[in-house]
Amino acid sequence: MDIVAKENTFKRSKIHPKKFALGVACASIVMMFVALSSAYMVREAQGNWVEFAIPTKFFFSTAALLTSSLCLHFSYFFFKKEQTVLYRSLLTTAFFLGIAFVAFQYQGWNQIMLEAGLPLGANPSADFVYAITFLHAAHVLGGLIVLIMAMIHAFYLKHRVTERRKLRFEMTILYWHFVDFLWLYLLLFLIFHKM
Amino acid sequence: MATIAKEHLTKEESLIEELGFDDHFHDHHHGDKYQSNFITTYIFSQDHKMIAKQFLITGMFWALIGASMSIIFRLQLGFPEESMAWLKPLLGKWITINEAGIGTLAPEFYYALVTMHGTIIVFFVLTAGLSGTFSNLLIPLQVGARDMASPMLNMFSYWFFFLAGLIMFFSLFLSTGPFSGGWTAYPPLSALPQASEGSGAGMTMWVISLVFFVVSVLLGGINYITTVLNLRTKGMNMWRLPLTIWAFFVTAILGLLSFPVLVSGLLLVMFDKGLGTSFFLSEIFIGGAPLDHVGGSPVLYQHLFWFLGHPEVYIIILPAMGLVSEVLSVHSRKPIFGYKAMVFSILAIGFLSFIVWAHHMFMSGVNPWISNFFVLFTLIIAVPSAVKVFNWITTLYGGNVRFTSACLFSIGFVSMFISGGLTGIFLGNSAIDIQMHDTYFVVAHFHIVMGIAAFFGMFAGIYHWFPKMYGRFMNETLGKMHFWGTMIGAYAIFWPMHYLGMAGVPRRYYLFSNFDTFSHFTEMNKFITVAAIIVFMFQILFVVNFFYSIFKGRKVTTKNPWGATTLEWTTPINAGHGNWPGKIPTVQRWAYDYGKDGREFISQVEPLAEGEEDGH
Repeated sequence: MDIVAKENTFKRSKIHPKKFALGVACASIVMMFVALSSAYMVREAQGNWVEFAIPTKFFFSTAALLTSSLCLHFSYFFFKKEQTVLYRSLLTTAFFLGIAFVAFQYQGWNQIMLEAGLPLGANPSADFVYAITFLHAAHVLGGLIVLIMAMIHAFYLKHRVTERRKLRFEMTILYWHFVDFLWLYLLLFLIFHKM
Repeated sequence: MATIAKEHLTKEESLIEELGFDDHFHDHHHGDKYQSNFITTYIFSQDHKMIAKQFLITGMFWALIGASMSIIFRLQLGFPEESMAWLKPLLGKWITINEAGIGTLAPEFYYALVTMHGTIIVFFVLTAGLSGTFSNLLIPLQVGARDMASPMLNMFSYWFFFLAGLIMFFSLFLSTGPFSGGWTAYPPLSALPQASEGSGAGMTMWVISLVFFVVSVLLGGINYITTVLNLRTKGMNMWRLPLTIWAFFVTAILGLLSFPVLVSGLLLVMFDKGLGTSFFLSEIFIGGAPLDHVGGSPVLYQHLFWFLGHPEVYIIILPAMGLVSEVLSVHSRKPIFGYKAMVFSILAIGFLSFIVWAHHMFMSGVNPWISNFFVLFTLIIAVPSAVKVFNWITTLYGGNVRFTSACLFSIGFVSMFISGGLTGIFLGNSAIDIQMHDTYFVVAHFHIVMGIAAFFGMFAGIYHWFPKMYGRFMNETLGKMHFWGTMIGAYAIFWPMHYLGMAGVPRRYYLFSNFDTFSHFTEMNKFITVAAIIVFMFQILFVVNFFYSIFKGRKVTTKNPWGATTLEWTTPINAGHGNWPGKIPTVQRWAYDYGKDGREFISQVEPLAEGEEDGH
């Protein structure tokens, strides 16, 4: 499978076809969130819209996710430097910070429900936040599965820097950064709309 | 012609040997991985050519189911007084038989049939069956690639489609029936389980099926885009791509940008349906009691739906346009007229398709002032569409046209596209839409312009590339019978519907006998139903021809039976995995050198002569 993609190219572009394909997939995912954020705006303009503060836990989750991304980045750096311990420990940290993100999101939903008094179904303003963050969390969960795969490689394979493993790692990073930026966009969107 | 072709082929082969690119593909002996046993060859195949055939045959299966459904509801519309008791063994409880032995179709199942007909034909047949088949078959072959960028994702693309189909198929047998709220799944019919029988489990399965379907489209689309951009062979710059590839490429982009929006809409519908939110549900009373939902906006769903829905019609028609452009050029032995104009119109149509969605909602309560913009953009689409039509006609003009089945269906496509396109200009006007909306005029318009026309493009593609798929020809006599039967029959079905629509006959009605105004259309409805049955029979003829030809059709004896310039015809008659046995051909010229310098055609692998200019 790889041979088809690898050897049929003539250095047409510097980017590997599979990485390019992942980029295209990310563009497609962006559309889903663009649709939801524009639906949010349209619905907001129609009134019957209860304002509430952004749950503080969302800021904790943001910090967790950003740190996770950073750890993954450095993990790759140490992977290339063949420093196995740092490579493995940073990768594992990135993974657990990813789990922390989802946990904080869950707590954030609880905050909306209990502190703002807006359980699911109470008002579209909160329902949109639930729906959008739920869909985003689902994509983070997908990323966590990819990180588990990366950890299996890290712990069970001999540490060798091959093109194939570099590509795989770069694609993992690309996706993880993507869900990261996606979350930043969503958070800024929500902050902007609540000002 | 045969001698010319034969002489030419050896030349092509030697050119590939001489100028081709050696990617050492066959040194790895990994080809076996793809085709080592029955399962990897025919079922979980990663070869794009086999996946194309899987898409095609699954699409044909669904086309027969979708068409059969239309025959049943046409019988209801054409012959509402006749007994349908004979359908009891097939439809079971959906046919009720009274004491006199007269069988009646249950109204709720009529709506389920209409809903499923739309869903199946739009998504499973004209998206997966058409784009899935030909994008898979032709993209690697025509750009000169060994396979798709990711053959494994490509395989998943088919199996997600299969899974989507399986779920939809099972939903047909639910005791409460399949979803029946229309293929557009507007809330509240889709979001309230109590709205109709099909809105419960039927709707849930419909959504799950469609989500899997979207995954299939996206996996396919990612591959198509990446393959076109990254895996083109040496010399194949974008301006040398056949129009088929341009069409598939833009189609894939449209799918990738619009289908996720549908998923967003469906996600919110499911929240409303199952979790008590009110995104799309406003104050609703059922049986005198108010529901809990407050303040939702059903029009918001329509925006999300049609943001997919409108590009979707171009996702359906663009591949057909690409196929027709190629087939017309090959069979009229002339270069496609205005290649660059064709490419720019594909791009223009693709772009415009994203900013016209609200023309489906003129009567749904959108601001009439905003409608003006959508009218404008909608009417502007007529420009690139007309450019394409003129170019097809000009390609045919003065050509040495071979009236093969493939060519006839392409000409039929142009005819249908003009007829259906012209009525689009009526409907695109928000003022005229006040009179026309939700009538049979709309039904006639979209069936001709994106239903029949897309089917014609698909048939043209099947007749033309059948030799590449199966190494045999389809039977031409049966093919021509199929064409004339379908061409005349399709107009017989849909032309009268324009009159029904102009007289105000509404679509989606189960019965008209209570409306005196429409009573004089009884005979016309009978005529339409009879025509539909006849057209359906002609499609059976096609299916018979298709499967008969796979096993017993006339064998292809030369690699390039049509005398075409594109790369797929330089592969062996039954090409294995990797498409070319040795080197990959490199491309030396554009795809449409027909009738140049006194030669019938010049393959894309042949270098330009000294002083010769490349194409366009």
